[in-house]
Amino acid sequence: MPEPLRLQGISASAGYAEGPLFNLDRGPARYTGKATAGEEKAALEAALASATDRLATLIETADEEAAGILEFQLAMLEDEALTGPAFAAIPSGMPADMAWRQALDAEIAGYETSDQDYFRARAADISDIRDRVLRALTEEQEYAAPAGAILYGEDIAPTRFLETDWSAGGGIALRAGSTASHVAMLARSRGVPMVVGLGSSPANPDGLALLDAEHGGIVLAPSKAEIETFRRSSSSFAARRDKAEAYLARPAVTKAGTTVRVQVNIADPSEVDGIDIATCDGVGLMRTEFLFGRAPPDEETQYRAYRKVLEWAGDKPVTIRTVDAGGDKPVPGFTVEESNPFLGLRGIRLSLARPDVFRVQVRALLRAAVHGNLKVMFPMIAVTEEYLRAATLFAEEQGGLIARGVAQKMPPLGIMVEVPSVAIAPEAFADVAFFSIGSNDLTQYVMAAARDNAAVAHLNSVRHPAVLRLVAEVTAFGLRAKIPVSLCGDAGGDPASIPALLEAGLRDLSVAPAQLAMAKAAISDVSV
Amino acid sequence: MSAFAEATVLITHEVGLHARPSVKFTKLAKSFAAEVEIALAANGPWFDAKSIVKVMATKAPKGTMLHIRASGDGADDAVSALTELVRRDFDEGAGHARTA
Repeated sequence: MPEPLRLQGISASAGYAEGPLFNLDRGPARYTGKATAGEEKAALEAALASATDRLATLIETADEEAAGILEFQLAMLEDEALTGPAFAAIPSGMPADMAWRQALDAEIAGYETSDQDYFRARAADISDIRDRVLRALTEEQEYAAPAGAILYGEDIAPTRFLETDWSAGGGIALRAGSTASHVAMLARSRGVPMVVGLGSSPANPDGLALLDAEHGGIVLAPSKAEIETFRRSSSSFAARRDKAEAYLARPAVTKAGTTVRVQVNIADPSEVDGIDIATCDGVGLMRTEFLFGRAPPDEETQYRAYRKVLEWAGDKPVTIRTVDAGGDKPVPGFTVEESNPFLGLRGIRLSLARPDVFRVQVRALLRAAVHGNLKVMFPMIAVTEEYLRAATLFAEEQGGLIARGVAQKMPPLGIMVEVPSVAIAPEAFADVAFFSIGSNDLTQYVMAAARDNAAVAHLNSVRHPAVLRLVAEVTAFGLRAKIPVSLCGDAGGDPASIPALLEAGLRDLSVAPAQLAMAKAAISDVSV
Repeated sequence: MSAFAEATVLITHEVGLHARPSVKFTKLAKSFAAEVEIALAANGPWFDAKSIVKVMATKAPKGTMLHIRASGDGADDAVSALTELVRRDFDEGAGHARTA
């Protein structure tokens, strides 16, 4: 009996699935080479025709969303610019399968290196086309996953998703993958649990697995006790979700009739495509680290990302946090190596140390501000001087844009309350436009317990009286000084913490989109 | 003597000239006999507008000024029909862009 193995990734579609693993990475069967180049060419032509037919058949029964994806694949497959290089390689003696693989891999590489998430995610579509034709070449039967299986592998093809019968449950667990992929969108709209980014996990595990796509994890070869715990979490999730669905469309109100504003936290602009703006009060935290994935992005890329979310939100506020790199979020070419990164050059400290990078973000934000109700906040503020320096950069860049005749607007500038110095003495910040309590960092700094260290996880609780007292005092100060206070950490979406946060005086929470309904349901149970 | 036409149009579709919009764009381009090309700058490089592979490879995002030119039979019609398609946001309302 193998040892249980717990892997952590990112949730792409919330839910639970218990079932046998089905390996997605089983390569296509071996292709038998033909005698002449003419026969190789004929074999590839026949495989292309068969793949085209299969796609056309799938399109007939697909709904509108799925048909859009399949029609894209069909158009690619029918394009000579895609198939031409493969045919061109055959006369020199290359077998059809190798010629096809080589031509398509070159195309896939072009997508994988794109700096746009949306474009990079299309690599999965081209891989799907490649493998469909390879399977036709080897005349392999379409291999179906058993009902209720957890599909496991490097990545998953959109057509594989569409050909799978999800009525008996099941889920998807990927070592790579993307929350912006076609499959992730499909999984969310159909309620199929999906986790991506499991990283360097075993290549060919089998047997039973437990997929927890609420928290983004999977357990391979689980023990009896783990299965029992999992089943309890799974039924509690199902019950919470059923109950919560009824709350999603309504404003959040407590048992006592107190209205609570509930906004959403987003990490990537594409996330808003799956959220109905009517179900939330705006964006309480838009992270910008995703834009800095490989290197600091240019002004135009940032401007477009911010503008997309502002236009989606309409009149409702969108609070964008300036880049919070450093700590556990390194950015090549921007962050520095440190022995104690959580206490080092991160958040606003890094931005102020690298004004060349920060000014680009400031300009993009000023320009985007004309497209909606933008608010901007600075992370990791410890002293007033940092806020003043950041605000000065905004004023300077605004002057530059005005001089060049570029449309811009100065957004209200607020701060994250996550360094204890601010939470203990908020009166030093009486001039800021708003406070947003970052409960994750505030808790780890108050409790001196790193949030990524399982050995001290029991200390890392937002419900410790010391943390709650700071939350209450900052909220009370905000009320006196007429500075709006909200909270945007994970605690805001945690049904177990919501009562304590409302009792501490908070009336404005920002939660992960997947937790929106459950947070509203939890609020309705509180008698504040 | 063959006809020639050229125009520019702003891409306003949320995901740019990608996936579904590019399917519609190339399908429409193929319905004309004229040779049709697109570029992201007035001086090129120019790409075959009837090839979805080439159109996708331009990676034209929202906010791009798209240059369209055609030569041969029906060049005028081709350019005006394609320009219109982009202007109409590829006939996809906001509701479509949300799930795209």
